[in-house]
Amino acid sequence: MATKHALSTRLWHWVNAVAIIVLFMTGLNISNAHRHLYWGHYGFDPNEAWLHVIRFPGWATIPGHYNLALARDWHITMAWPFGLGVLFIWVVMLWNGHFRRNLTTAPRDWTPGAVIASLKAHSGGGANGGGHAHGYNPVQKILYGGVFGVLLPMMLLTGLAISPGVAGFAPWLVDVFGGRQSARSLHFIAAWGIFGFFVIHILLALTDWRLILEMFTGGKRADEAPPAPQPDPVPAADEGAPAHG
Amino acid sequence: MVDLPRRSLLAGIAALGASACAKINDSEAAGSLFEAAEDGHRVLHRALAGKQGLAREFTPDQRSPTFRGNGSVTVADPFYQDQLAKGFPDWKLEVRGLVEKPLALGLGDLKVLPQRTQITRHDCVEGWSAIGEWQGVQLGALLDAAKVQESAKFIVFRCADTLYGRDYYESIDMVDAYHPQTIIAHSLNGEPLPEKNGAPLRMRIERQLGYKQAKYVKAIEAVTSFDQIGQGGGGFWEDVAGYQWYAGV
Repeated sequence: MATKHALSTRLWHWVNAVAIIVLFMTGLNISNAHRHLYWGHYGFDPNEAWLHVIRFPGWATIPGHYNLALARDWHITMAWPFGLGVLFIWVVMLWNGHFRRNLTTAPRDWTPGAVIASLKAHSGGGANGGGHAHGYNPVQKILYGGVFGVLLPMMLLTGLAISPGVAGFAPWLVDVFGGRQSARSLHFIAAWGIFGFFVIHILLALTDWRLILEMFTGGKRADEAPPAPQPDPVPAADEGAPAHG
Repeated sequence: MVDLPRRSLLAGIAALGASACAKINDSEAAGSLFEAAEDGHRVLHRALAGKQGLAREFTPDQRSPTFRGNGSVTVADPFYQDQLAKGFPDWKLEVRGLVEKPLALGLGDLKVLPQRTQITRHDCVEGWSAIGEWQGVQLGALLDAAKVQESAKFIVFRCADTLYGRDYYESIDMVDAYHPQTIIAHSLNGEPLPEKNGAPLRMRIERQLGYKQAKYVKAIEAVTSFDQIGQGGGGFWEDVAGYQWYAGV
């Protein structure tokens, strides 16, 4: 395993990329059907909405004009590769250590100092620069962790909670979010959270085209090329007592 | 069915804000994928909920202060308007089609049958929800009274309202027809149904979206197939706009 990105990561990445683009753009079409968001179990009166949403223009939606039936067809069909993909990547990440290695944070990762150091390193010379030969810096860990741990599961679960058929057998799922209209509002908010991540992600990837290429080929692990620091975070054996008795 | 002039159909669709073009351009592959997804959702929901699994029922204080009317909110038919003004003394609900004992029931006949009252959430395909208390007769009881035949696979609801010059109708399969919460309701929040909510009778099919909840119901028809009804989609919106027949998602 000399690749920087495991095959499972790459496969999921591109399937998920297609799925979330279709889901987002069909979702904007669906949003145009009733452009008001509410909290609680019910909500239909725009006067009680907490947010009035703009009408999304045709260039931003799939299809490129208002068609609720077709937008819904695409949306709930693409929800399958998206949803199964989220389950898949979580199982794989837990299995192969990607989660433990790259996404778990320690309290020190959340300090302002760690954030500043991360940003400096990131702007210092591409993603492989700044002394981060392998692994994610604290800001990356927090952002990716937020996407995998919060936004992606939230999209999936709030989407399920909106379905009256699912509510028929899992009413607790609707209650977790405080009602169907709350789930719908959270679905909207999480979608824009993912959109925000998407924009940052693309902008940073575009700083070095090799990063995009590596998401196809797998790339090479940087720690295998030049001699790199041990990624092992546990105290090294040379600190004193013999490692084993 | 009466085929409408294309121009009025297109005008209707344009007024609707939906486009038929995309549906026509829709590739066959995508179409069959969507159908597979629709069937899959129905089968999966039924497997997980059970055929008789109940939709959530709410307490009186959880009801929405009002109940939005959508789609048809009035019926132009003079007989309907006359009946509405008088409290529907001569309104008959027919139970017909593949039944051994066709029925024609007045509102009074329905109100002496065993009643079911349920406070449920109505979810519109557009995204909004309202909560109200419905009272009426279980559809299964009516079908049993009419001795529905074994060959019946679907129940079609014929409605008094028209949209874009077409009669509204809807259909469900026998699983939903015999679901305990599938009722033909005559009351909303303790009052006779208002016109906007489907007076005098409307369907409640609680595990599906709002467009399945046919209003102004005139007749309940047991059929083996809805291919020859309307355009064969199984409902008004299914025909006109391509909405899914199984509306559980």
